[in-house]
Amino acid sequence: MTDTLGGLVTIALLIVLLAAAYVPLGDYMARVFTSTRHLRVERGVYRLTGVDPDAEQGARSYATSVVGFSLVGIVGLMALLVGQAALPMDRGLPGMPWWMSFNTAVSFVTNTNWQSYAGESTLGFTAQMAGLAVQNFLSAAVGMAIAVALIRGFVRARSGTLGNFWVDLTRATLRILLPLSVVAALLLLAGGVVQSFADTTVQTLAGHPQVLTGGPVASQEAIKELGNNGGGFFNANSAHPFENPTALTNFLEVFLILVLPVALTRTLGTMLGHRRQGVAVLGVMTILWSVSLAVTTWAEVGAHSAAGRAAGAAMEGKETRFGEWASALFAVATTGTSTGAVNASHDSLTPAGGGTVLVNMMLGEIVPGGVGAGIYGILVMAILAVFVAGLMVGRTPELLGKKISARQMTYVALYTLTTPALVLVGTGTAIARSDTAEAMGNPGGHGFSEVLYAYTSAANNNGSAFGGLTVTSDFLQITLALAMLLGRLVPIVLVLLLAGSLAEQGKVPATAGTLPTHTPLFVGMLVGVIVIMTGLTYFPALALGPIAEALA
Amino acid sequence: MSTLLTQAAHQLPEAVRKLDPRHLWRSPVMFLVLLGSVATTVAAIGDPSVFTVSIAAWLWLTVLFGNLAEAVAEGRGKAQAASLRAARTDTVARLLGDDGTETEVAATQLEVGDRVVVEAGDVVPGDGDIVDGIASVDESAITGESAPVIREAGGDRSAVTGGTRVLSDRIVVRITAAAGETFLDKMIALVEGTSRRRTPNEIALSILLASLTLVFLAAVATLAPMATYAGAPQDLVVLVALLVCLIPTTIGALLSAIGIAGMDRLVRVNVLAMSGRAVEAAGDVSTLLLDKTGTITYGNRQASRFVAAPGVSDAELRDTARLASLADQTPEGRSVVDLALAQGADDRDLPGDAVFVEFTAQTRMSGVDLADGTQVRKGAGSAIGGWLGHEPQEVRDTVDAIAREGGTPLVIGRKDAGDPGGTGTVLGVIQLKDVVKEGMAERFAELRSMGIRTVMITGDNALTAQAIAAEAGVDDFLAEATPEDKMAYIQKEQEGGRLVAMTGDGTNDAPALAAADVGVAMNSGTAAAKEAGNMVDLDSDPTKLIDIVEIGKQLLITRGALTTFSIANDVAKYFAIIPAMFVAAYPSLDRLNVMGLATPQSAILSAVIFNALVIVALIPLALRGVRFRAASATAVLRRNILVFGLGGLVVPFVGIKLIDLLVSTLPGMN
Repeated sequence: MTDTLGGLVTIALLIVLLAAAYVPLGDYMARVFTSTRHLRVERGVYRLTGVDPDAEQGARSYATSVVGFSLVGIVGLMALLVGQAALPMDRGLPGMPWWMSFNTAVSFVTNTNWQSYAGESTLGFTAQMAGLAVQNFLSAAVGMAIAVALIRGFVRARSGTLGNFWVDLTRATLRILLPLSVVAALLLLAGGVVQSFADTTVQTLAGHPQVLTGGPVASQEAIKELGNNGGGFFNANSAHPFENPTALTNFLEVFLILVLPVALTRTLGTMLGHRRQGVAVLGVMTILWSVSLAVTTWAEVGAHSAAGRAAGAAMEGKETRFGEWASALFAVATTGTSTGAVNASHDSLTPAGGGTVLVNMMLGEIVPGGVGAGIYGILVMAILAVFVAGLMVGRTPELLGKKISARQMTYVALYTLTTPALVLVGTGTAIARSDTAEAMGNPGGHGFSEVLYAYTSAANNNGSAFGGLTVTSDFLQITLALAMLLGRLVPIVLVLLLAGSLAEQGKVPATAGTLPTHTPLFVGMLVGVIVIMTGLTYFPALALGPIAEALA
Repeated sequence: MSTLLTQAAHQLPEAVRKLDPRHLWRSPVMFLVLLGSVATTVAAIGDPSVFTVSIAAWLWLTVLFGNLAEAVAEGRGKAQAASLRAARTDTVARLLGDDGTETEVAATQLEVGDRVVVEAGDVVPGDGDIVDGIASVDESAITGESAPVIREAGGDRSAVTGGTRVLSDRIVVRITAAAGETFLDKMIALVEGTSRRRTPNEIALSILLASLTLVFLAAVATLAPMATYAGAPQDLVVLVALLVCLIPTTIGALLSAIGIAGMDRLVRVNVLAMSGRAVEAAGDVSTLLLDKTGTITYGNRQASRFVAAPGVSDAELRDTARLASLADQTPEGRSVVDLALAQGADDRDLPGDAVFVEFTAQTRMSGVDLADGTQVRKGAGSAIGGWLGHEPQEVRDTVDAIAREGGTPLVIGRKDAGDPGGTGTVLGVIQLKDVVKEGMAERFAELRSMGIRTVMITGDNALTAQAIAAEAGVDDFLAEATPEDKMAYIQKEQEGGRLVAMTGDGTNDAPALAAADVGVAMNSGTAAAKEAGNMVDLDSDPTKLIDIVEIGKQLLITRGALTTFSIANDVAKYFAIIPAMFVAAYPSLDRLNVMGLATPQSAILSAVIFNALVIVALIPLALRGVRFRAASATAVLRRNILVFGLGGLVVPFVGIKLIDLLVSTLPGMN
């Protein structure tokens, strides 16, 4: 089978499997978040934590819970990381430095999983399992809870409440992420991913002994992909043979990355009682994703770079086990969601390919986006699109029966402002410092891309690294951590306030004068708004990095 | 167009006056352009070159063009206000004391509750209700309509407006509005735009524009260190030029002009909106409550059919009905004559010696007595039956059937000359019915396609109402409607999330007018109705509600379309400016110069000039409004995306290129 045929078959198979999971998984999740029954284990959790599961929360209360939960998570995780020497199974490793642990704690709590350290040489098993893996579950569950709260904002009329954060969090973890992770971990294990607590010492060909670090990799790998976390057990992430040994596990990991964000659009449609709306949202994501995949694959496979043309293929930085097709697919999946796992070095992608995955993140993590974050991200963009479109049909804009007036636009405007401001101000400040040039792995436009990529990845909570840039300076540790923290919590609070303001409204009935938001026309309009807004925001920065390089 | 140019030239001083930062502060976008103009001017003085001076000059022009749009929009209202002021001359009022004595006081000293006398030739000194008398009033000062109107005490035609002139008779008016708060004062303030507040939708759009401005500010501010790193540090003038081109100046400059012009369009159709909020709400209305009489049907009923009694020929009934109605000057009577003629009756005059018998409340019949003793009568079935002493069963059935269908049956009876003591003959029945105005069904269908339901309000019984509703094509009707019923209907619709518009003129309409999202009071109506509604129709034409809805929609569409155009424009500006800024550092970026602009300087200057000129080019559209055609939301959106979205993408590529061809011939452009 040629590479092209193999690549196309892989993509086709991926789409078939995602389509198969779409309805059952999406509807199952809708039932999880609308059911009035509590499982026995959940009641136990509520009793232990003193939560009244039947008490509803308003927007402010919900937001306070989320922010409080996240901050407590950061402090707790920092304690584990700094004090890991005192923990069992520490593999004799010392505690993490303060700023690195702050950066790492923020990173995992915000679902970013930006790693300024190498996993195998920095962290013991307890810190990995009780610290990072726990946050892998919880941060993904938080994302789902926010999405569900926003959907409730659209569904409810004249209501002061959005549900109960603790219940949504618990259910997302126990009923969705945990069971799916167990299944995924077993499949990965069967595919050859390691799961042990022992290191293996082997004799190399040269006759020297080499210690191969083992660990509870399969269990962590499952939630790393499923929860769109992306933090690797090993520094090489999914390019490491213990995390991702075969083409089959590679395929499975791409599927796991995409399955929840895709199925959540079905959850959206089902909870709204308007399935075609969910399909339309998926349509927008699919169009953007397909274009992104096509461009990246074209760039990588066609070797559209000087080095690539010389070698006949752009294989630098790619795993020979997977090749360009699978690397391009993985890169698009991981940057379009907020995963950030990598099976190839993005620094080594061709300028056009690297630029495209960068743009994927700049779109705001909505193709198809992080677990939950993709849904609320695209709904906010839909409000923006419907505002302009609604004016153009001569009515006060409305989305799904809710009027979009000054209050809603304030939240939406601040939301769309937050991430670009963090990315641009972060990059601008960093590039103005003389020590940044020393931290870069490359000079000129490519070096600039490394910095731009770092802040884009952090502020959008993606977590993938372009590579090349040494990010251990205090300045980068702190500013990237702030980008992650603000890039996560500020949008979440705004989304919840938006949801609250929507829930308070009554529902406007649809008439022939109402702009339908599930039609191809609106899908096209939304795609246009997302592309133009992203393009206008980032074009100057992109021109100085990937575009200048790609056109050279 | 030429008048617009004249207006623009006329308003130029006003536009310069509006450069005041305290005024521009209201629009963050234009305020930022002002700051940019100042900054580039300072830079140009420090480093004068054709390029820097040109950029600074065009940035000032950008602000000026925005001001000009606003000034022209306001100027139109000011002209109207001046003519209104002329009507508010120093009137002397004749204050009526409790003892019947008159004292002359200045109109400005009148208080609410005062009673004044106004006689033929006097100007009404203030707003009020007539408490005594009847008069014909010339309201042309306010409505522009020269035909006088009748105003009388009691009922729904009792309101008079200060500044109008009494043409005949004498009336006593009780003042209902204090000086300075009269209708005329409000009107002057409205058309001048002094009381203009930003509407909810305008505020929401301003928030979006402000956030876009901040994003672009961040993009341009951070571009400075990025450019320095790239080895291509940028001058302040270039960065400011990029910023001004990116921020949504087109819509920012025209936003307030669009709002003022929208109100102005309403004034031109003789509707006064008390708030811009109401105009916007009109675009959102999904239910229209329309009074049947005068709006959907002509005010009176007309003959539509003759039904002959058994043994009577159609021709005999037709001719007799005509005879009975010849002297009847009521609209109903004339319509009987017209129908008979249309059906072939002879066009003969009434014999000179015939005697007309007028309708009275006692007889409930009218008709004619001929010289030969023949008597013909036309009246309700029971009246004719009583007059003749008998009424055939078939006729009675026809009468009932017509009434059931919503028509009004009139029976024709005759006592012959040769048989004065006889019982006479019942000849048959004339069917009168409401006639639906022409074109109403089409207009309602148009409204339906826009998602607006029309509801007919009538005092008729349900059967009658249903028949007319079906003929007119309204979506629903409210029969035997009391003010309470209207109120309940409005509340029911609003609970379902719909916005309701209605017209009304009577005092008992006031609560419903106040409750409706858009309440249009007829100028001919009572002061209470005018106070309750949020718009007043000076022509008192209830069908105008439909125009109001369209103007409301047009206002929003214009804003949305120009916002889309403004944002879409940025794409081309990037392709002009970014390669110009960085081609020295990264020669590969020259491939982005798809327009093939001559030099970096000419490219940047061309983009700035285009950005300024597009404001001027769009002033007529902002004032006129984007054309609105009734269609479904999807169809309207598709059209506007095509014109303003796609057009906004393409036009600047062409425009900047053309400007560059000229600009590149300037010295100092390389």
